[in-house]
Formats: sequence, C-alpha cells, structure tokens
Amino acid sequence: MRGPFMAHEVQTSPHLSVDGLVVRFGKRTALDGVSFDVHRGEIFGLLGPNGSGKSTTFHVLTGLLGAASGQVRLDGVAIEPTERALRRQMGVVFQAAGLDPHLTCRENLRCAARLHRVPSSDREPRIDELLDFAELSDRGHERVKTLSGGMKRRLEIARALVHRPRLLVLDEPTVGLDEASFERTWERLLALRQREGVTLLLTTHRPEEAARCDRLALLDQGKVLAIDTPEKFKAAISGDIITLVGKAPDELAEVLLSRFSLTARRTDEGVVVVVDRGHEWIPRLVEALPYGRLSSVSLKRPSMADVFLKLSGRTLFDLPGSV
Amino acid sequence: MSHFAQKIAHNFADDLATVSVLWQRDLLRFLRQPSRLVGALMQPLVFWFVIGGGLASTFRFGAEPGVGYMQYFFPGIVVMMVLFASIFGTITVIEDRHAGFLQSVLVAPGSRTAVVIGKSLGVSSVGLLQATAFLLLAPVGGFGFAQIDWLVLASFLVVGAVGLSSFGFALAWLTDSSQAYHAVMSILLLPMWILSGAMFPPSDDHPVLQTLMHYNPMSYMVSGVRHALHASDINGASWTTLSGSLTIDFIWVFVFAAFSVAAATILIHRRR
Repeated sequence: MRGPFMAHEVQTSPHLSVDGLVVRFGKRTALDGVSFDVHRGEIFGLLGPNGSGKSTTFHVLTGLLGAASGQVRLDGVAIEPTERALRRQMGVVFQAAGLDPHLTCRENLRCAARLHRVPSSDREPRIDELLDFAELSDRGHERVKTLSGGMKRRLEIARALVHRPRLLVLDEPTVGLDEASFERTWERLLALRQREGVTLLLTTHRPEEAARCDRLALLDQGKVLAIDTPEKFKAAISGDIITLVGKAPDELAEVLLSRFSLTARRTDEGVVVVVDRGHEWIPRLVEALPYGRLSSVSLKRPSMADVFLKLSGRTLFDLPGSV
Repeated sequence: MSHFAQKIAHNFADDLATVSVLWQRDLLRFLRQPSRLVGALMQPLVFWFVIGGGLASTFRFGAEPGVGYMQYFFPGIVVMMVLFASIFGTITVIEDRHAGFLQSVLVAPGSRTAVVIGKSLGVSSVGLLQATAFLLLAPVGGFGFAQIDWLVLASFLVVGAVGLSSFGFALAWLTDSSQAYHAVMSILLLPMWILSGAMFPPSDDHPVLQTLMHYNPMSYMVSGVRHALHASDINGASWTTLSGSLTIDFIWVFVFAAFSVAAATILIHRRR
C-alpha cells in the first residue's frame, strides 16, 4: 500500500540506502551487517524487540553513534551520517522528546527553527503552523513540563518538522501512547506524507504500528531477518490463531497433541495453536474438553507479532515466560 | 563566492545559531526557575556568614595583618559561585544528552564544537550573573567599589568561568552518569576549591598542601580575583599574587580554560 506520492515517483535510486552497518559495543555485536533501502515518500519500519538493533540503527543514522563499518547513501550518494548535509535534510523524532521542559512550546519551536536556520521572516508563521499541526495552538505560551505525554509527543514531531525535512526519522514514535493518541499520531503522519511527500523511517516494537508501514525490515539480534510489506508478511503465515485459556495449560497442550495432532505453543496469553479454518476448529476443541476446563477461547488472524515470532522464534515483547 | 567559501559561510552560520541558542537557553532556564535563583543567591551568603563568621575567631593571619577572615574569604566565595554554577549547569548535560533538548541540538546542522562553546558560554553567564550579584556586597566585605580593579576582576572571572564550565562539561560527557559526576565533584572539584586559597593561604608548615595549591589552576583564579579586589588597598599595599605576577596568574587561568575547552571538544566528538 503506497501513498499517492509514490505514483508520481520517477527517480530510481532509493532515497536512503543503508548497507552493511556493523556496530560493536565491546565484545557484543549490536548491528551485524544491517542493510535496507528506503524509497521516496515511503513509510519504512524497523520492527524488532528491545535489543534487536533498531535503536542502534536509529542512533547511527542520526549521527549520534559511530559504526565500525557500513555505508549510508542519500539519493545514491555516499554520505557519512555525521555530515551536516544529512542533518540539514533530516528531521529526528526522539523517544524521549528533545524538548526543554522549562521553556514554552513556542520557545522550544523557536529554538529548533533557529538551530535549523529557518529564515527569521518565515519563523513565526512556521511556528504557528506547527502548533496548529500539534493541536497546541492554545498552549503555545505554556511550558512544556505542563503538557501531557501525548501533547509532548505531538510537539516533538512538530519540532522535528520545523525545517521541512525530506526525511523524517522516528524512534518509537508512539511508545507509551494510549489507543486514541496512537490513532491521532498516525493520522497526522499519513497526512504529512500525503501533503508534503516526506519519507518516514521509524523504529517500533508495536505490531499494530508495523502494520501501518508500507514496508518493514524485521530486525533480530542485530540482523535483518526479512524485508517486505506487512500484507505479504502476513499472507506468508497461513491459518488462524486460536488461543485457549484455562487450567493446567501443559495438560491442555498435551490433549491437543494426542487428540487432534495439533502442536500447541504456550505463551503468556494462553495455549496457542495455528490452524486453517479456525472457526470450524473451535466447536470441536470446546466439545472435546470437559466443561469448566476452559475459561476463554479466541480466534484471530495473524498479526505482525505472529510473523515476527514465526521468523525469529522470539516474541516482540520481553515478557518473562513467553516463548 | 566560490563553492568552498559558500560552504564555509553556511557552516559558520549553523555554528553561530547553535552557540546562540544554547547560550540563551541556559540564561532563560536560570531566570525561569525561582528556586535556583534564590538558592544561588542565598547559598554564598550562608557560606560567607556561617563558615566565614565561624572561622573568623580561630584564623589568624601573621602575614597579612589587618585582614579579617570574612574579608579573606570573600574572593573565595566569588570563585565558589562560578564553580557551583558550572557544576549545576553541566550536570544536567548527562540527562539532556540522552533524553532531552541536547539530543535535538546534536542532530541539528551545527557542529559539536559549537555545542561546547554555546553550553559553556551559557553556564558561564549564569555563574557570572550570580558572582556579580554577590559582588554588590563587596563593601560589606571590606572592599570599596572604588578600590576594585574591575578590568582585572572581569578578566579572571570570565576566563575562569569559561574554564570551569568547559571542565564541568568535559567531566559530564566523560562520566555520563549523575552518580559518577557527583563522585568527581566530591573528590576533585570541591577539593580543588578548598585548596585554591579560597579558605586558607598556602603555608610552609604544610608542604604537600602547598604544592597541591601551586599546581591547582583554581588557586590562580582566586589569587587574581583577590588581587583585583585589593587593587589599591587602604593601607597602600596590594595583595601579592600566588605566582608573584598577575600576568603569570592570568596565564595559568587562561591555559586551564584552553585545556578545558579542548578536552570538552575532543570528548564530544567521540561517538560511542
């Protein structure tokens, strides 16, 4: 699913190309040859759990961290991530907002505008526009420390856009946001791409966020496992996911294996089996088990979390006891 | 304009913007936090009156007759204010760098050298503002405004403040943890101040302390400030400087500042 901007795309070289990034922290290899291409106007996601290397990739691309080897190309031209030329064209949204809590919203945006040398005549109109974008027009003169988490996140995205960057790099842009704020953030990002053709590169560990990207690179232990669209990833997982919750999950899993030849997996959510035509399986499973044995049964289509689990053998969340 | 010259001009404009944003921001933040303002002005008074007053009865200066301890302690307090402002102004760098405003400065087009200069100027300005406020009490400390050599005083304070704030910045960047910075503060920065001649002069009776005091750059800052305050003493004699020459004292302070700015600049360019 590409945005309309892509339809007019004529240039062939990727906007941003990352080739063979290697980062080591002492003996630990944090990035082990990470490569991917991001096309113009695309929303490209780096999906992986904590420690997969997605934040390290973010830090290398924004020039905050040095790589042992690897190359970055912008519009086909090799560039050091530490070069000003890259920083001039890039907007960066940090997980912990790059804002000063003691300054007002307006002052924070003004600082950003000056740092990026937005011409002084254009500065105040641009700040008005961005406050409007962040839905903070009425709070421009309030200090950032008085804002809620969601408001700070909106202001942080606005700050990163102050110089109209062509490429926006976001580190976990919706972490800690509730469902409504998550939706609003994505509406805003999609509108931005539609209107200005900005290219978005983001890191995430949220499957529902990954599903919104045009393309995804799945990262695990510093390596790219696969790159594809969320639709193709999900299509590769055949079947439905049935989650059974009840007493004695180990025995439950044994019953599923002996009676139905189904290999079940235990997760924090319950006992999980992947089957074709799940709706037909549910009555059979429920009937086969004595009354009271199950407390709930659920059916769902695979999500990006299931895709990740299948490809890496690991869950996206660091939950103790999960697979 | 050639392409090269244009590039240089662009880069310079980026750096200038970075310096001015960081400089103004630290001043604005200081003025925005009333608790910091009050603390910054009350703390030296408490130090001066409580410690100075307490020690006044036990300290006797054989070498400098006619100088009371409160008067002796005054220049040390001025330098302490610059030191404390440097510590409190740079300890915030640790958090600011990983989860705050400084992140967005580091990914902006300005150079990292500009970040060091802007931050150092901001923190120095805050320290100098506080020192200036305290200097209004100079007549209470026994220094008439007319006898102060303001040019010498400003030179030592400004260069010393840039040195201490850059030194603090370098330590903050190097330690990268508030706990470690606190440790450095207790085992290095505060002893540097105590052994700067701020509280007691070097003495032949304690050769080890005397040697430490002579190799301590802060001693020369205190010495310079003390000399400037005493410039034309009521008794006609000015306070002798630590090295015996005001110029050599100043060179010590200047070299310390240059070293600190260089250290901070080198450290901030490391990308780990």
